[in-house]
Amino acid sequence: MAEALLHDAAHRPTTPIPRGAPLLARLQGVIVPGLLVALWEGVVRAGWIAPHLLPPPSELVSTVSDLLQSGDIFTHIGVSSLRVGVGFGIGAFLALGVGALVGLSRRAEALLDPTFQAIRAIPSLAWVPLLLLWLGIDEAPKITLIAIGAFFPVYLNFTAGIQNVDRKLVEVGHIYGLTGWRLVQRIFIPAALPNLFTGLRSGLSLAWMFLVAAELIAASKGLGYLLNDGRETGRADLVIVAIIVLALLGKLSDSLLRGLEHRLLRWRDTFNTRQA
Amino acid sequence: MSTTLLDLSVLTKTFGSQRVIDQVAFQMKAGEVVSLVGPSGCGKSTLLRIVAGLDTQYAGQVRIHGEAPQLHSRHVGCVFQEPRLLPWLTVAENVGFELGREGAQHPRVRSLLEEVGLADCAAAYPKQLSGGMAQRVAIARGLFTQPSLLLLDEPFSAVDAFTRMRLQDLLISVAAHHGTTLLLVTHDVKESVYLSDRVVVMGARPGRINGEVEVPLARPRDRRDSNLSRLEGEVLNLLNCQPSSMALAI
Repeated sequence: MAEALLHDAAHRPTTPIPRGAPLLARLQGVIVPGLLVALWEGVVRAGWIAPHLLPPPSELVSTVSDLLQSGDIFTHIGVSSLRVGVGFGIGAFLALGVGALVGLSRRAEALLDPTFQAIRAIPSLAWVPLLLLWLGIDEAPKITLIAIGAFFPVYLNFTAGIQNVDRKLVEVGHIYGLTGWRLVQRIFIPAALPNLFTGLRSGLSLAWMFLVAAELIAASKGLGYLLNDGRETGRADLVIVAIIVLALLGKLSDSLLRGLEHRLLRWRDTFNTRQA
Repeated sequence: MSTTLLDLSVLTKTFGSQRVIDQVAFQMKAGEVVSLVGPSGCGKSTLLRIVAGLDTQYAGQVRIHGEAPQLHSRHVGCVFQEPRLLPWLTVAENVGFELGREGAQHPRVRSLLEEVGLADCAAAYPKQLSGGMAQRVAIARGLFTQPSLLLLDEPFSAVDAFTRMRLQDLLISVAAHHGTTLLLVTHDVKESVYLSDRVVVMGARPGRINGEVEVPLARPRDRRDSNLSRLEGEVLNLLNCQPSSMALAI
């Protein structure tokens, strides 16, 4: 009997997905950008486009090295990252609380959800004048704007995640006498985690977007300020460098979240995590 | 072994205006294996939910060791039709779910997994298991709390015939080893007779007891035993019989 049972245990698929495809395959993504950069350099050097409007990549390298030497770029990156970090943290944290409440309680949903849906319909930049009036031009309006941007994706996805938790799994929680916060913690949050991560990732990308909006309007430091400064002083190279740095930071922070998602959701049985 | 473990008497149970259970009463002694058999809609799963404490809206009285059904009762464990393992927990964490974070480390997890033949799957996630393996984990989880009564709701209906036979034998041996009383809901007449000491046959609309069939055969049983098929016949007869009141109405 026991042997027979152990027999099918031998067939379980436990081999991890092999990482690290052949080098050539991994480099595929670099081909198109590489060609574009070469084309860009060529076009500017040939004099088809004025270098003060589109500085060639070689000039950008020297701009970057200047910024690195003066250390300015680190100040801008540090200030912007801190704003995104704090704003996203506050927005996501509030969204977690409100999302859990609305997801779990029909009454809270009936009371709160229409209001949040209405607020969500406001184009976010419409907040800017009001925030400046209310909060001045210091850090407070910037962080508030970023927090508003991060709040809604997290709120919407987390609420949906909680409402879609399998009733049968909730019943398992009930069988073990779980109620209230313990039920939320042990059943609802883990079950809604895939949705939560979707929300966190889109919330984070919106946080970067709103950072630029906030810094373009009123700032003396940060990457948005660098963009503005480049425009005012007619230095397209600064603008392009700031854009590239923003893209890199956005990608980096998303990769961090994705790495966390991959670690925390390795139990998921989805098409994406199938055996290679 | 003559102490009454479960004393169930449900007078009525309604869903909206529809009466789903009408005067169902039976007792179970400690150590007994009892099956509830009946057509769909006879309220057998509802009865199980009442005993588990998941359903409290009924008229009647249910006592387990003299206590009313309650959730997280130390007396009762549950195995559902689907394994219902929590996909974000490993096999060991699922078995020890009752204890929370430290559950997986409990020595009983290891011994239960050994008993169901899954000792080397402790760290696997449910997605890596076959249906039969997942149901074995569910049985181990049901037994982890050391319940005196294990409730099973069509536990083997979703697995293939060969796996089902192996799981049936596993269930009986594990339950005997722990001295666990089993109350099993099934729609498989063969399964009910093979596993049980007693088969309670129910009729539908509203759910009621048509009769009982004792299975006085020693274990281990032989599936080819002609006594089993004779008793299956008796169960089938009871399943087909109409209550007298209905016969008169026609």
